[in-house]
Amino acid sequence: MEKRYYQKEIETMPVEEIKKLQSEKLVKQVKHVYENVPYYRKLMEEKGVTPDDIKGIEDLHKLPFLTKNDLRDAYPYGLLAMPLKDCVRIQSTSGTTGKRVVAFYTQHDIDLWDDCCARAIVAAGGTNEDVCQVSYGYGLFTGGPGLNGGSHKVGCLTLPMSSGFTERQIQFMCDLKATILCCTPSYAAYIGETLKDMGYSPEDIPLKAGIFGAEPWTEEMRRDIEKTLGIKAYDIYGLTETSGPGVSFECEEQTGMHINEDHFLAEIIDPDTGEVLPEGSKGELVFTALDKEAFPLLRYRTRDICVLSRKPCSCGRTHIKMSKPMGRSDDMLIIRGVNVFPSQIETVLLNEGYTPNYQIVVDRVNNSDTFEVNVEMNPDKFDDTVSAVTALEKSLAEAMKKMLGINPKVHLVAPKSIVRSEGKAVRVIDKRKLHD
Amino acid sequence: MSLKQLTVFVENKQGALAAITETLAKSNVNIRALSIADTEEFGILRLIVNDNESAAAILKQEGYLIKTTDVVGVKIGDTPGKLSTALKVMDAAGINIEYLYAFMVRTEKHAYVVMRVADNASAQAALEQAGFHLICDADVKKL
Repeated sequence: MEKRYYQKEIETMPVEEIKKLQSEKLVKQVKHVYENVPYYRKLMEEKGVTPDDIKGIEDLHKLPFLTKNDLRDAYPYGLLAMPLKDCVRIQSTSGTTGKRVVAFYTQHDIDLWDDCCARAIVAAGGTNEDVCQVSYGYGLFTGGPGLNGGSHKVGCLTLPMSSGFTERQIQFMCDLKATILCCTPSYAAYIGETLKDMGYSPEDIPLKAGIFGAEPWTEEMRRDIEKTLGIKAYDIYGLTETSGPGVSFECEEQTGMHINEDHFLAEIIDPDTGEVLPEGSKGELVFTALDKEAFPLLRYRTRDICVLSRKPCSCGRTHIKMSKPMGRSDDMLIIRGVNVFPSQIETVLLNEGYTPNYQIVVDRVNNSDTFEVNVEMNPDKFDDTVSAVTALEKSLAEAMKKMLGINPKVHLVAPKSIVRSEGKAVRVIDKRKLHD
Repeated sequence: MSLKQLTVFVENKQGALAAITETLAKSNVNIRALSIADTEEFGILRLIVNDNESAAAILKQEGYLIKTTDVVGVKIGDTPGKLSTALKVMDAAGINIEYLYAFMVRTEKHAYVVMRVADNASAQAALEQAGFHLICDADVKKL
């Protein structure tokens, strides 16, 4: 099969040349930020660093980090590096974990963001013959606008559905022969479930590929979605702070996401000490935006834990790959002193033959954490005695204990009784926060 | 000889049972007998109805989790000691009863007992040999 790229020269550039390009861009970017962002200049001064100290990517470690707290402190304009008259767009995080973070874009920033998403669409097999259904939310959330822009650049016929009205999504998908679906993985799973309810089988729908991101998902969930929709499912990664989706994306190898290294410089650090770790180490992902004008974050700590690898890829792309993040440290729960990622629960459920619809309820009773997981009953496993149902609950709890190291209480609930998400799924209800 | 029981998974929420019976009433399904096994979180509702197929279809359509199970139905005289006799028959045949429930019909001098066992055929054979009358779906329809 002929290998296709959106920007071949950049995407397959020899590694040494990429590093040279990054060094040149970094020197310029540090100067731009130092001159235009007093907030960051102050952080540099506190560390005793000036732009003259940064001669290339080998000096990156001298720069101070930025964290989500900095973004909140500097809200709304404190990290802006361009006059507002030169900015054309604002996007924002969902703001579920505190104050909102807003990001600004010049037209140049939008263009490079769109390019990044276009690379992802082409890597998923997209061409100008495709119909690309964008079912990420449109608005402040970056999912819809990002993939919409990328789809235009590739020349796909773009269906800007946004999320919700699932039966209508399916109607349009069938009538207008959508071949590529872009949305969150939990919404893709819901669309698959609804298709089945409406009496469709995977062969009835024209989809061939899906580009799913904006929330953590497991390999098991990927296989499940691929089966129910009859497609190949590609992961895409990004965050509002660095532009949005398209910071990295999967190619047909599906073994990690190529980081768009001409625009984003990645590091892995020890989350406790901040020390830069050698390639191949597991640690916190840190990004430096090399080309962004309006909101150019340097050394931004993503809180995502993953591994970088420069192992040659069969797709021909030379850009470094990041592993699927296990989940943001924000998503991680500490229950009875044990770290629990919702994605681990998802893995167990899919392995045991349940749907990935679940809800974790954590509370504190008598100073001790309670840990409950609500799971939808699989109709094929349902039987007419209480003992049969409680045996199912027990065996699920045991499987979870094996994975997590702590014992949850599993409640089987009626199918479809756990509310479905059209965007990012709400998997955790932590009532302990109410008591603090 | 088969008697079909409809089993419905019910979440332990206020109004859940009423919603099911209303759904059945709307499609003209008459409930002959019911039993509920419940825990704190969920209940298992077992029904003997006059029209199994319609009941199963409507509940499924409404999104309920259901299962149809073959159970043993037996007619026993409405006099003291009759149920005991039937149970002794089961015991003698070495048949373990998972659960049972009974219902009466106004116009008859009989009670009906529904039993869930692992092996329907041997339970039915034992009861018949001891002189009991078994009931099936068609009998329930006529009640």
